[in-house]
Amino acid sequence: MAALLILIPVLAVVLLNLPPRRWADPFILPIAGAFCIAQGLAALTMGPEAWAAPPPLAQLDLIRLLGTPFPVDALARVMFLAIGLVGLCTTLVMRLWRPEPERSFKTASLLLLIIAAMNGVVLVRDLFTLYVFLEITAIASLVLIVVERGPAAFEGAFKYLVLGAVATALLLTGLALFFIMAGSARFDDVAAVLAAGKASRFELVAIALFLAGLAIKAGLVPFHGWLPDAYQAAPAPVSVLLAGIVTKTTGVYTLLRLASVFGHQDRVRPVLLALAVASILVGALAALGQRDLKRMLAYSSISQVGYIILGLAIGTPLALAGAAFHLFNHAVFKSLLFVNAAAVEQQAGTRDMDQLGGLGSRMPVTSATSIIALLSTAGLPPLSGFWSKLFIILAAWQAGHRGVAAVAVLASVLTLAYFLSMQRRVFFGKVAPRCEGVVEASAWGLLPALILAAVTVGLGLSAPWLFDTFLLPLERIL
Amino acid sequence: MPLTELLVLLLVVVALWTVQTTIMRAAVGLALTSVMLTLLLFHMGAPLAAVFELSVCAGLITVLFFSTIGMTRPLDAAGVVRERKALSKRFHPAFAVCAVVGVMLWGSGYVLEIAPPQGDSPAVRDVLWGVRQLDLVGQILVMFVGVFGVVILFKERKKEEVAP
Repeated sequence: MAALLILIPVLAVVLLNLPPRRWADPFILPIAGAFCIAQGLAALTMGPEAWAAPPPLAQLDLIRLLGTPFPVDALARVMFLAIGLVGLCTTLVMRLWRPEPERSFKTASLLLLIIAAMNGVVLVRDLFTLYVFLEITAIASLVLIVVERGPAAFEGAFKYLVLGAVATALLLTGLALFFIMAGSARFDDVAAVLAAGKASRFELVAIALFLAGLAIKAGLVPFHGWLPDAYQAAPAPVSVLLAGIVTKTTGVYTLLRLASVFGHQDRVRPVLLALAVASILVGALAALGQRDLKRMLAYSSISQVGYIILGLAIGTPLALAGAAFHLFNHAVFKSLLFVNAAAVEQQAGTRDMDQLGGLGSRMPVTSATSIIALLSTAGLPPLSGFWSKLFIILAAWQAGHRGVAAVAVLASVLTLAYFLSMQRRVFFGKVAPRCEGVVEASAWGLLPALILAAVTVGLGLSAPWLFDTFLLPLERIL
Repeated sequence: MPLTELLVLLLVVVALWTVQTTIMRAAVGLALTSVMLTLLLFHMGAPLAAVFELSVCAGLITVLFFSTIGMTRPLDAAGVVRERKALSKRFHPAFAVCAVVGVMLWGSGYVLEIAPPQGDSPAVRDVLWGVRQLDLVGQILVMFVGVFGVVILFKERKKEEVAP
């Protein structure tokens, strides 16, 4: 059944592009939304047997892909749920951003293709196939960033293209070396060769190249140059998608998944630790000085991704559980913040925080959900971000990385500082002249915000149960 | 000098010549690099990879490059001088680093051991349509997304030009 997560969105795009556009326009967003809901529900409810079962028509020779048995473990299901959730919210924000259906057709088509590609990234267990699906995601993301044009969009897309090409070169070279060493690109084969110590001295070069390629995709410091420009330049729904799930899947999830291949190598951990600490600090410090709301959120993303990589670098069961939890949490609360940024931009006509002010009285729901998201990002109890950060920081402390744990706590304080500053400048205080006539966003902006806020609160309240039943077992996978 | 080393040397020389200020020359350089790689692949006993390299990289992609470059405006003389300066600033350090790494690897006398393929070695056809079936689907998707993206961007641009 898992292959359907790749085939259905692609088939939907092909079929919707066959009839005249005026017929297909009204259907694409509902279809994209329905698919995301179905994917999320499948991730929540279907067990391993159901995922492994061949779908209808699997026996037909022409579509043998349907019969391919993809391993779907708990981490894959977490990612499917996150992709479905963020994908659904993106379709809703697309409706807010461009209420006329014909103006969302292109972006919705590309959204479906990106969802198919991200599902592919989650499903595959082969380095080359992983690279192929990463490329599909990158190409579709590039078009989405530039789809509304303008100098900023071209600059953001150009940086994304150049650094994406560098990442591709690094990944491919690393992949070739792995293939030479293992005679196969399958995760298990490469892991077995690396674990047996049979690999050559090029092992470290291959790992370094692959890690650098994935670090570019994840936007880790010092490979983060493309990320703030791309997030800032992209249209609002695309920012939700990119920040919420695309970089999480292509960079962060891939790093987590590959932990079972080379992440546990003792020589890799210090590198990951250094990347994580640099990202946490640089992201948080850079976010403090931003005026543009989306750019500030982009730097905040870099900082939060640093926490996930920190969990991966520590590598204990508690740390890995925290990393996987923070990956999902970050997808949720960062999407929420970008949904709110879209609502503010749509209603007030600017993202410049110096021109905004007092929107709390005009946009009370957006302001309230923004508070939930920022408190969760900063790691305040009882919200979901508190638990995942707590697990990671505790694990760092237990593993003897006390200085790193202190830095992580300090960066959380910084996170709270820049988010409170944002909340004050955008939502609190006197209504700025530019915001005089502003009213609350329509239901298309409020609905995704409320869904994501509910998930943030719900996960926070159920974290102790989640930890025992779901998060700790993830360690066996990673 | 054995033929393999000679071809590798020629490949490196042509690849270095590719770094040009004139984009058309760079495209020619890339095509020549692909041709050299084709010869190397033939010589090293990978004729199928060589055919792909020649037809896709040296052929198809060069045609695409030329068609795209045909739609651009060439740099003026001042622009060429400026780009040449910028190029030397960026390229020479990168070249120096690559040369040092290359000499170090060469000098180490280390031979990279190539692991035998896992399991039986199936025919190329079986690899493409059986073992790497998902890659094939993925590559079709890469092309589909690329073409779809180009259509989206250029079709809209044409519309804007017709009705500004």
